[in-house]
Amino acid sequence: MTLRTRRVAEFIIERTLFGCAAASILVTAGIILVLLWETAAFLRDVPLSEFLFGTVWTPLFYDKQFGALPLVSGTLLASAIAMAVAIPAGLLIAIYLSEYAPQSVRRTVRPVLEVLAGVPTVVYGYFALLFVTPLLQAIVPGLAGFNALSPGIVMGIMILPLVSSLSEDAIRSVPNGLREGAYALGATRMQTALRVVVPAAFSGISAAIVLAMSRAVGETMIVAIAAGQQPRLTLDPRVPVETMTAYIVQVSLGDTPTGTLEYRTIFAVGMLLFVSTFLLNLVSNWLRDRFREEYA
Amino acid sequence: MPGLWTRLVRTFGDRLLASFGLLVTLLALVALGALIYDVARDGLGRLSWQFLTSYPSRRPEDAGILAALAGSLFVISLTAAIAIPLGVSAAIYLEEYGARGRLSRLIEVNISNLAGVPSIIYGLLGLGLFVRIMGMGRSVLAGSATLALLALPVIILSTREALRAVPKSLREGSYALGATKWQTVWHQVLPAAMPGVFTGLILALSRAIGETAPLITIGALTYVPFVPTDIWSPFTVLPIQIFNWVSRPQAAFAENAAAGIVVLLGFLLVVNALAIVLRDRFQQRHA
Repeated sequence: MTLRTRRVAEFIIERTLFGCAAASILVTAGIILVLLWETAAFLRDVPLSEFLFGTVWTPLFYDKQFGALPLVSGTLLASAIAMAVAIPAGLLIAIYLSEYAPQSVRRTVRPVLEVLAGVPTVVYGYFALLFVTPLLQAIVPGLAGFNALSPGIVMGIMILPLVSSLSEDAIRSVPNGLREGAYALGATRMQTALRVVVPAAFSGISAAIVLAMSRAVGETMIVAIAAGQQPRLTLDPRVPVETMTAYIVQVSLGDTPTGTLEYRTIFAVGMLLFVSTFLLNLVSNWLRDRFREEYA
Repeated sequence: MPGLWTRLVRTFGDRLLASFGLLVTLLALVALGALIYDVARDGLGRLSWQFLTSYPSRRPEDAGILAALAGSLFVISLTAAIAIPLGVSAAIYLEEYGARGRLSRLIEVNISNLAGVPSIIYGLLGLGLFVRIMGMGRSVLAGSATLALLALPVIILSTREALRAVPKSLREGSYALGATKWQTVWHQVLPAAMPGVFTGLILALSRAIGETAPLITIGALTYVPFVPTDIWSPFTVLPIQIFNWVSRPQAAFAENAAAGIVVLLGFLLVVNALAIVLRDRFQQRHA
């Protein structure tokens, strides 16, 4: 091959590779355009204020009402329960693995825990509905067969490794000088961990927590299987609720003709979901960058 | 003389925190164990040759996962065929070529954002774009394209990480011998980064195998009594079949779901184990 053809080939290869990288922008643009297009069509029929602040969600009934608050409350309730499990447990595991556990324990436990994050979510749904719910019904009086509590807890287990691994990374990247300083002042390991190391890693840990929150809000199959499909404005974890994601699944399973208002609701709900997870991811990234700057 | 509280904290605090940490860690492992035990107990009895080679049925004891299994294999192969070349090329550009310009920076931010988008949103994109606008219908192709977009950011991020780990001296040595940029990437950097790239690919694809929500959203069927024959066929996948069985009230269908889960988890286990073996082989050869 002559030098000239070589140069042309190199140029073509570089452009092709660039095209592949730039294609990722098209994906984002595609998501936003599809969601915007259908949501705009939806909002021509339903005023934005009713969608955002209405308290009854019955788009599939004869008497149609389009208030998304019940879906939002269902999503928040299930995610809050998940976070109530994942934050304390994840932090304790992170502190234990980074400050106390012997190297050998850490090296075995961490990958095994991360298996939890690799289990398909439909499997967790099965686990929540047919194992955790019956178990909880023996303890919690009045717990319905479909409820927010059981999928919430299982979702907490699913995002646990996310919280523990990312927090552990943040804690480990706190410079050792800080620990040694605390020891030199006579602090015990616990005092050092809780009052020096964890506060120093605070923004890194918060980034992990916010990311986990975004994951919980967007999680679909666990809640679609075990939380029921009754949009209900409540904070009672014992009764059936419906999340934004579960609603999208419910409509997709049915035979809703394209172009109808019911069909457009899933894009409007999807838009709401996309915006909320996007904001959470943004906050998480911002916290992570701040943490990196502190210990760069 | 320090107060009682301080003395208590000094004496027992460490032990308390360490035992609590150990306890919670064990609890998390127990949860994983319970999940596997529960599924195995419910499902192993149902697992049989008949179950693997039958189509779905209204009678739970006649039902099987042949269509779902074939659909999963077909969809994931096509997903890999779309996502791997695209993702690896994008990663090579960003890591090896990408001038640190504004556009590259934008692409980078964009990819890390895409990695955080919930999978069901990709389903809505697939429904709007592939199924409707591009007219692919509820086909294997539409499903694979959707999953490919979902896997893309994960593949790009992990491939970049693997490329970054290749020492600079390798590239410089190659340039010094007169190799062009692409020759360097193709003959030196990529082979050296292969074990890492490979692990990332397996991770991304095994996540795609387990995905349910985006495929339900694009309208993949829940009752498919045939094996998909070409990329335009309607299809179902194993997770959707499991979901369909879980949502039925009869206990016998729950058993089918558990057996399906055993197959799904077993499949994922084999794929991951295979990946580890292949990676180690590769590492030895290029060490």
